[in-house]
Amino acid sequence: MSTRLPTGGVLVDRNKPVRFSFNGKKMTGLEGDTLASALLAGNVRVVGRSFKYHRHRGIVGCGPEDPNGLMTLGTGNRLTPNQQATTTRLFEGLSARSQNHWPSLEFDLGGVVDKVSSLTPAGFYYKTFIQPRRAWKHVYEPLIRQAAGLGRPPRDRDPDLYEHFHAHVDLLVIGGGISGLIAASIAGRAGLRVLLLEQFWELGGRTPVDVEMLGDEAPRDWIAERVEELNALENVHLRCRTCAVGVYDHGYVLANERVGEGTGDEGELRNRLWRIRARKIILASGAIERPLCFVNNDVPGVMLASAVRDYVTNFGVSPGDRTVVVTNNDDAYRTVNCLVRAGLDVPMVVDARPVPGPVAAEAKELGVNVVSNRAIANVEGTKGITGVSVCSQAGEGTVLERLDCEVVAVSGGWSPAVHLWSHCSGRLRWDDTRAMFRPDRTRPPLASDGEEQMVVVGSANGMLQLDKVIADAAEGTVTAVRALGGDADPGFLPEVAVQSESPASPVWLMPNGMDLRTRAKAWIDFQNDVKVSDIELAVREGFESSEHVKRYTTLGMATDQGKTSNINGLAILARSLNTPIEQTGTTTFRPPYTAVPMGAIAGKARGSLFKPTRRTPMDAWHDANGAYWEPVGDWRRPYCYLQGEESVDEAVRRECLSVRRSAGIIDASTLGKILVSGPDAGRFLDMMYTNMMSTLRPGRCRYGLMCNDNGFLMDDGVVARLSDESFLCHTTTGGADHIHGWMEEWLQTEWWDWQVHVVNITEQFAQIGIAGPHARKLLSSLGGMNLGAEDLPFMCWIDGQLAGHDVRVFRISFSGELSFEVAVRGSEGLELWRKIIEAGQNFDAGVYGTEALHILRAEVGFIMIGDETDGTVTPQDLGLTWALSRKKEDFLGKRAQERSYLTSPDRWRLVGLLRVEGNTPLAHGAYAVSSENSEFGHTRMIGRVTSSYYSPILDRPIAMALVENGPEMQGTILEFVEKDGRVRAEIVDPVFYHPSAAARN
Amino acid sequence: MRYSALRILSQGLSGNRGWERIWRDPEPKTSYDVIVIGAGHGMAAGYYLAANHDVRNVAVLEKGWLGSGNTGRNTTIIRSNYLLPENQPFYELSLQLWEQFEQKLNFNAMVSQRGIINLFHSDAQRDASVRRGNAMLLSGADAVLLDEGRLRKMCPYLDFDNARFPIRGGLWQPRGGTVRHDAVSWGYARAASKLGVDLIQNCEVTGLVIEQGRCVGVETTRGRIAAGKVAVCVAGSSSRVMKLAGLKLPIESHVLQAFVTEGLKPCLPGVVTFGAGHFYISQSDKGGLVFGGGLDGYNSYAQRGNLPALEDVCEGAMAIMPMMGRARMLRMWGGVMDMSMDGSPIIDQTPIKNLYFNGGWCYGGFKATPASGYCTAHLVATGTPHEHAADFRLDRFQRGHLIDEKGAGAQPNLH
Amino acid sequence: MLKLTCPYCGIEADETELHGGGEAHLERAAGGAGDSELEQYLFIRSNPRGVHFERWHHIHGCGKWFHAARCTETMEVFGTYSAQTLRPPENTLSEIKRRRPNWVNA
Repeated sequence: MSTRLPTGGVLVDRNKPVRFSFNGKKMTGLEGDTLASALLAGNVRVVGRSFKYHRHRGIVGCGPEDPNGLMTLGTGNRLTPNQQATTTRLFEGLSARSQNHWPSLEFDLGGVVDKVSSLTPAGFYYKTFIQPRRAWKHVYEPLIRQAAGLGRPPRDRDPDLYEHFHAHVDLLVIGGGISGLIAASIAGRAGLRVLLLEQFWELGGRTPVDVEMLGDEAPRDWIAERVEELNALENVHLRCRTCAVGVYDHGYVLANERVGEGTGDEGELRNRLWRIRARKIILASGAIERPLCFVNNDVPGVMLASAVRDYVTNFGVSPGDRTVVVTNNDDAYRTVNCLVRAGLDVPMVVDARPVPGPVAAEAKELGVNVVSNRAIANVEGTKGITGVSVCSQAGEGTVLERLDCEVVAVSGGWSPAVHLWSHCSGRLRWDDTRAMFRPDRTRPPLASDGEEQMVVVGSANGMLQLDKVIADAAEGTVTAVRALGGDADPGFLPEVAVQSESPASPVWLMPNGMDLRTRAKAWIDFQNDVKVSDIELAVREGFESSEHVKRYTTLGMATDQGKTSNINGLAILARSLNTPIEQTGTTTFRPPYTAVPMGAIAGKARGSLFKPTRRTPMDAWHDANGAYWEPVGDWRRPYCYLQGEESVDEAVRRECLSVRRSAGIIDASTLGKILVSGPDAGRFLDMMYTNMMSTLRPGRCRYGLMCNDNGFLMDDGVVARLSDESFLCHTTTGGADHIHGWMEEWLQTEWWDWQVHVVNITEQFAQIGIAGPHARKLLSSLGGMNLGAEDLPFMCWIDGQLAGHDVRVFRISFSGELSFEVAVRGSEGLELWRKIIEAGQNFDAGVYGTEALHILRAEVGFIMIGDETDGTVTPQDLGLTWALSRKKEDFLGKRAQERSYLTSPDRWRLVGLLRVEGNTPLAHGAYAVSSENSEFGHTRMIGRVTSSYYSPILDRPIAMALVENGPEMQGTILEFVEKDGRVRAEIVDPVFYHPSAAARN
Repeated sequence: MRYSALRILSQGLSGNRGWERIWRDPEPKTSYDVIVIGAGHGMAAGYYLAANHDVRNVAVLEKGWLGSGNTGRNTTIIRSNYLLPENQPFYELSLQLWEQFEQKLNFNAMVSQRGIINLFHSDAQRDASVRRGNAMLLSGADAVLLDEGRLRKMCPYLDFDNARFPIRGGLWQPRGGTVRHDAVSWGYARAASKLGVDLIQNCEVTGLVIEQGRCVGVETTRGRIAAGKVAVCVAGSSSRVMKLAGLKLPIESHVLQAFVTEGLKPCLPGVVTFGAGHFYISQSDKGGLVFGGGLDGYNSYAQRGNLPALEDVCEGAMAIMPMMGRARMLRMWGGVMDMSMDGSPIIDQTPIKNLYFNGGWCYGGFKATPASGYCTAHLVATGTPHEHAADFRLDRFQRGHLIDEKGAGAQPNLH
Repeated sequence: MLKLTCPYCGIEADETELHGGGEAHLERAAGGAGDSELEQYLFIRSNPRGVHFERWHHIHGCGKWFHAARCTETMEVFGTYSAQTLRPPENTLSEIKRRRPNWVNA
């Protein structure tokens, strides 16, 4: 059984018990434990079930490389699936549940798949479930989906917080092991701004566990000195519990700091996402130990050798009384020493190498039985190991002897953690003597200037012996610091003896001649259940690229993204193909290195902050007076104002009639206002608008159309000439920013010699529209200026004062009624609005919203950008040829409108529609169909409804449409297809309502 | 070798040792009737040339491994919820071909019609949805307008009362869904190979051999291969390959990214698309939530993306599915999109005789794979465009006949 | 996350401050231009894998448009320069040639 040792455990505090629960069972760990170490201390060996075969799974590693210990933590709205036990710090009250089993971890019906695993090899699902077709949707797929997946998804709104933190540094050091600390020290002493990130909550990496002495100091002391020294430097910051997860172009790094663990109240800060721009990056991310492939190497109790000594040294946890160590390298002997020193039994070291080297002799001196050229033939047990049998590595698996044991500590060598090197196209090369893919420092990720962006050092660079690690970290950092213009001095480095280590011998299959049948029991990817036989099957079927093998077998696609399985898988692939491993290459490493909560990436951009809402000065008034809001671009505008119990439709009807019969008041502040000035302003607007604007006289207004250079209508609005050299251009609500940018673009990139200045003053002014027969009386009653027909004729503007406010009044109309728009400083908008509302009470005037605005404009046949246009409609299509200047040689879109398709006579053009029967509006977006089908027999569409409303003043539905040859077919009855059948409508002139002539004066 | 449950049983009982290569791996011949460059849509084209037109002396050349381009990099969505009459019937044909894919090709690509819902958040968006739904219905596709009440029943986890963009309903295409993307290229390769089509992997085209205005073959990293006709189906590499023939295209190459979370038990029935931001999502059969958004926004051949697009989609995700905060993003990747200048594809004869071009798929390439292959095969074999791809012409830009679904204009980074 | 130096305000801006504007140095076709010239201007792009001259808008910054020479494969930036020019400046061209000796301006 696994248990807590009586002594040891440098990271845990034996005086501070921490209570937690696992699958509802109450347990106790120690402060400083990970969930994994606490579970092992409590003799929990089985922590989950594998993805496909639902086999028992135990803890394999001690960090993010562990593929098995996936837990669902928390409950309710803080339910968090797929959390790694090895990277979760234990806290009081933690509640963990294992995953992917039913009904329980101990008895899982899914385990039946394991019993028939020969029928479910890699990719079996591509070859069956084909007939009958309907069965896939209704039978097979629902079953497969239910069986797949890991943790249950959260169901409720995440109550916790996430924030972003931006950092700009000279040098970012990724990894707080000995290499990272050396790098930070050298760069820190050189005065550079340095940030060091460490994913674990302790600095020092593997050194305190793996190294006896650093110079003449204990490693922990040396590390503590470095940390103290670094903490004293203002230009250096060290950040633990912060994992660099992604490297992006031009030295941009994303790191995920785990702040809250679910211990605080709801709303605690859970993650802080670091967004770092670094001039240079030192990658000191270390290396990851590889498992070995032998039969039943997935039984709980088979652990990485490095993890075994981590649990003993750091947490004082014995994974089991008797540990067989299996290795192809010297490093695993550290585990032997560690276990023996802790008083635990190591019945045998199975070394696959023919000649293990001096470390074996040292182990033998400790009384450990070291056998060379040996392999594991089988691991016995299902929920835990009961024993192993040993065979010859060179052979086919004939059992030579059998041993009782509870743990098998495996080391298949180390793979540099090159993930972050590869995210931005750093290249790798295969190092045959070290049996690893290493970063190719001649082909690093590039900075924006084409120089080396990242320097990789230490074991991440393939250095495995302490002296080489230290030298490499110093050398790499010195180069980087000098490139940044710093003065590097590595004078503080510890003297360590030159280490001699016998080379690892690449062992990809154990034993080398493993029997074909048993290859189906030798696991490579523990979480996704990929076995040696699966890769061989893939190769047999022609999936020869490493990417094919990954995709066909799901190798390395689990939540650990193949941290322990990739290289073994590639090696087995190379072996099956009989090619060198460098030819198979790796699959692509992609961000993130460890998974990141979606909430952390979104940060604060949630709820109402998802996209900030733009509000007019009168927004609060609308809200307090029954506004029924709708989003319009980034703004919100009242669709209508609800009074009492009335419905939205009733409110809209009331508002329309109020405008036609007395007066209506609308907040038009959102309309874009762009001031265009300068000696060439007129000439410029002649290019921007289809109309001639340069001839407009000061004091006058003109309705204008804007096309893109592709000829299509993009915006419209009234242009007022303020003076000889200045124009005020009104745009649609959604178009203001775009049109402003559009004008700037042309001025800056095409006509940069023209003297024009453009400024977007949309928010500087509030604008209030007053329309209806009583509009003039209403406004005049405010006092301050004359608004008579002679003072302010139609399509003119004047400056003046109303109710004590400086205003500019435009006499323009979007409803056909007598209508004014009053512009006032934004800060005075609400006050003037209130005064106009108050004055309006004497004239039976009410406020109206956007829907009434739309109906009123449709009644008089005015088009609306976004309704009648969709980016594919020309002014000609809308019968707006009167607004296209014939005198101008050029305007944006003019040449494009001359192309054959745009001048074709059968383009869909604007008409009005009246229903022949029925009294409800035509469906917006209904299509008219021809009685004749197309040449291919399809239903032929010949038009569509672009706007459709019930007109209160006409008391009948009206609609506008684009119809093939429409204007030539007045009086024709068309059939429109709606949900419940066909509806007939007659083509009419799009002007449905003519306000009395008096209104126009 | 025919695949079936029985075959799995018999193989399983004999140690799975009898499975055959699923496609042949031949050396390139010196000459073919048709060479198709690119084994994404090109693999489908190769299959349909043999299956529909009995043109079997065909090579499909792939510069990397089969499926290494956008076929293996997308978010696996299939749908035909298109608006314009030039597009809709084509994508509907594609959806119908998906519906026959597995039975015809005897390969389970997990064509999964769990539906796609495009959310709308305002009156104007509702109007646009109605229009699109009507266009779909008239072209023979399926479409259902969901009001808020019905949508709440179907997708209770959505944030209907979102502070910024409340969800008012959705346009639902029940026949939309997802397909296991890799399996599509494998299925086509297997079926085509059986009909005699040669798939040549790791064979990059370095030149197009043009004599007197006719394309007569290709230069490759594996030597020169003569051809009666050459069809270029290379998506993000379109501009580069067509440049070998001296032709410039109305196309820019941009990176589009996709993302996946860790595996979760089923929580999303179909595909959901946000109407007020760049975000769409589905759940794979393995349980990962697969999601995507907009382009990175600048020309790129890097097959990797940057951070802003990721942030955009995660913000979109939190806006409509606020319970996703604790689900973790596992992997992000990018593909190079051949963004045409109106957002719609090109399947056409080029000015060079016997040289055909298929490209400009923007984000829409994966769902189009069957119809694209089908119509390209038709064009190459018969010399005339297929009726459903009749408007996907190269000269439409010159004529002004743009097929602009979004009305975004000639700006590829806005489509 | 690209960064480009805006030649107007001197800010080294993240791509989130910028908006890409496609190929630079296109010649506007108008007036009497033929259909083909118009097509070239509006739609046809060189789209190279490698050195690309392109337009950027410092939209969340000083608001100016500028040009950049950037590699579309490695994302290296060879230089940024004024948008008020018809061709890339000499120093940008020589920087490209320094780093890509075989490059030819097509």
